[in-house]
Amino acid sequence: MSERHLLTGNHAASYGAMLSRAEVISAYPITPQTTIVELLSELVASGKLDAKFITVESEHSAMAACIGAAAAGARTYTATAGQGLALMHEMLHWAVGARLPVVLTNVSRAMAPGWSIWSEQTDILSQRDVGWMMLFAGSVQEAQDFVIWSYRAAEQVYMPAMVSMDAFILSHTSEPLLVHDQDRVDAYLPKFRPLYDLDPSEPRAYGGLVNRDHYFEIRHKMYEAMERAGSVLAEAGAEFGEVLGHHYGPVEAYHMDDADYVVVTAGAMSSNVRAAVNALRDRGVKVGMLRIIVFRPFPFAEVQTQLAGRKKIAVLDRNMSPGHSGIFAAEVRSALSAQGVLPDVFGYVLGIGGRDIRVETVFDVVDDLLTRDRPERALYVGVKGLPIGPARTDGEVHPIEPLPAEVTP
Amino acid sequence: MKWSIPITEGMHPGNLGCQACGGALSMRLALKGFGPDTIAVIPACCWSIIDGPWPVHALQIPVFHTAFETAAVVATGIKAAKAYQEKDVTVVAWAGDGGTFDIGLQALSGAAERNEDIVYVCYDNEAYMNTGIQRSSSTPIGAWTTTTPDERPELRPKKDIMGIMAAHAIPYAATACPAYPEDMLRKVRRAKETTGGMRFLHVLSVCPPGWKMSSERAIEAMRMAVRSRVFPLYEVVDGEDTTITYMPEEPVPPEAYFEMQGRFRPLLDDPDQLDQVKALIDKKWRSLVARHEATHGSPVAAD
Repeated sequence: MSERHLLTGNHAASYGAMLSRAEVISAYPITPQTTIVELLSELVASGKLDAKFITVESEHSAMAACIGAAAAGARTYTATAGQGLALMHEMLHWAVGARLPVVLTNVSRAMAPGWSIWSEQTDILSQRDVGWMMLFAGSVQEAQDFVIWSYRAAEQVYMPAMVSMDAFILSHTSEPLLVHDQDRVDAYLPKFRPLYDLDPSEPRAYGGLVNRDHYFEIRHKMYEAMERAGSVLAEAGAEFGEVLGHHYGPVEAYHMDDADYVVVTAGAMSSNVRAAVNALRDRGVKVGMLRIIVFRPFPFAEVQTQLAGRKKIAVLDRNMSPGHSGIFAAEVRSALSAQGVLPDVFGYVLGIGGRDIRVETVFDVVDDLLTRDRPERALYVGVKGLPIGPARTDGEVHPIEPLPAEVTP
Repeated sequence: MKWSIPITEGMHPGNLGCQACGGALSMRLALKGFGPDTIAVIPACCWSIIDGPWPVHALQIPVFHTAFETAAVVATGIKAAKAYQEKDVTVVAWAGDGGTFDIGLQALSGAAERNEDIVYVCYDNEAYMNTGIQRSSSTPIGAWTTTTPDERPELRPKKDIMGIMAAHAIPYAATACPAYPEDMLRKVRRAKETTGGMRFLHVLSVCPPGWKMSSERAIEAMRMAVRSRVFPLYEVVDGEDTTITYMPEEPVPPEAYFEMQGRFRPLLDDPDQLDQVKALIDKKWRSLVARHEATHGSPVAAD
């Protein structure tokens, strides 16, 4: 029987791994992820989850242990955050190249220095080009369900998947969670039976030296798998609805039918954006929200369809790529330009290092959007003492010293 | 004469090892001991190359190639999966000295501290040979490498990896050398059969190009390393009980080992440092003998 409990996002992720019947779990503690693997270690110790739990000495080793176990045919899970995900980076590539459907939850957190455990998505977005499927949960329910959904897709295309959950806002906030019936999850997600296994009766070498004659073709198969992953995720998201009651897709469109203005979001900020959209609609502003749920593979068609013909688009980025713009803004612009339809995309960077994104913050953004004529690459929202605006180019930098006379022509 | 080395092979006839590669020979011997129900994990090291480019595979067991610093933990993950599946298989991490003494030490220590049910073999050629002979923390004092040139040869003694592993109190740790194949094979079998946690084998493996010597003397060089007590053959059980497994009847002077190899020219050119090195070899040998005698209550018998 499915049951409803009041649980934090972290414990929801633990339940997601448990319901998925993860067989080997390996993890290293890091705030604010720790309670995910604490609960999992309890579930394993009490026998509620039949799995091997490896308490490794680093996140790098956590991912490496998952890779070894997945290569040996096990369903594997780990969870991390911020610095831990960064430390895993090399092995994240290994999981992709080795075509292992590892699933991890990243409690997205700001990067040091200075030390900050608070919400920001720069950590996970820094792994954008590795080749993991990337899903952004927006609720405690999704923190659980996306783990299950990820396995369903990952084990079809032999690509790993990571689920982002915003630090504290989701990880440590309790919401009512529908914990699915195990039998129904088993029906949705049968036991992982990999095509290849480390089997002494079939002594193959995996991941060894590969010459220039073959490397590109091997990688090309990986790129093709990611192209297929979009439709596999969509199909698996629809099946999730049929079997487990929640239908998931690559984007969420909220009040989009007649929207002139669109706020693009990802993750937990979407709740406050929904509330702001409702209030603004009451004031007669035709605004809608497009939430990006699947970030990799990027939902080009859905984003193009939803944003074509709108007057103005505000992309909210709780992340930053210094020297460029917020990463979602760059991605949305790239998707629109690929279609040749170019509504004005205004990039807003906000909520950095756990700064609150309130309903009022969204009002400020939409006010700015309505009054600003020219789109900007990156507009910073909520920097103390500054109005919403682009980065200043007259900031304090060390002046370039004049070259010594003997080297000047 | 009874032939004590099995004629069965775990390697195919061809591989990409250099002429007289000690690492290739160590693998060949080790697989005779580990047998076919074995899975190997190979991090970045000479063996990443020796195994051959895709679709070639020099070994008759499955191999998972992995990143430099992860041999011990990937082996741990594989073993966890196989234990979950209730499949009885020996999982061997097979790493060079760089992947063991240096970049892989953290994962190795983690696996040893958790006492994982794996065998870790370090085939030690005493430098980063695959990248072209750069020093590692296994490079012996006084040796030339491309990053410890003649003008500034290696200044620090070789890291005591056996001491580090013994300090983790793992069930079994041993040194070995393919120039003493019966001794090595016995230790491989013991490592395979020991239960209750992690086993570690430290295998000195000659590298003629890196040691700057001719390949036809490769086996002789490894024998001289043992006979000069530069690389004693011994085993440590539970981090404590120590047994010298080969007692050179009449030890040869370390110079005889050093003089075979071009890499030790800076050491041989520096009589003061040579004296220090010989004193260090002697001190470590006496310490080892003392541990053997403390374990067995009797002096070491010469072979």
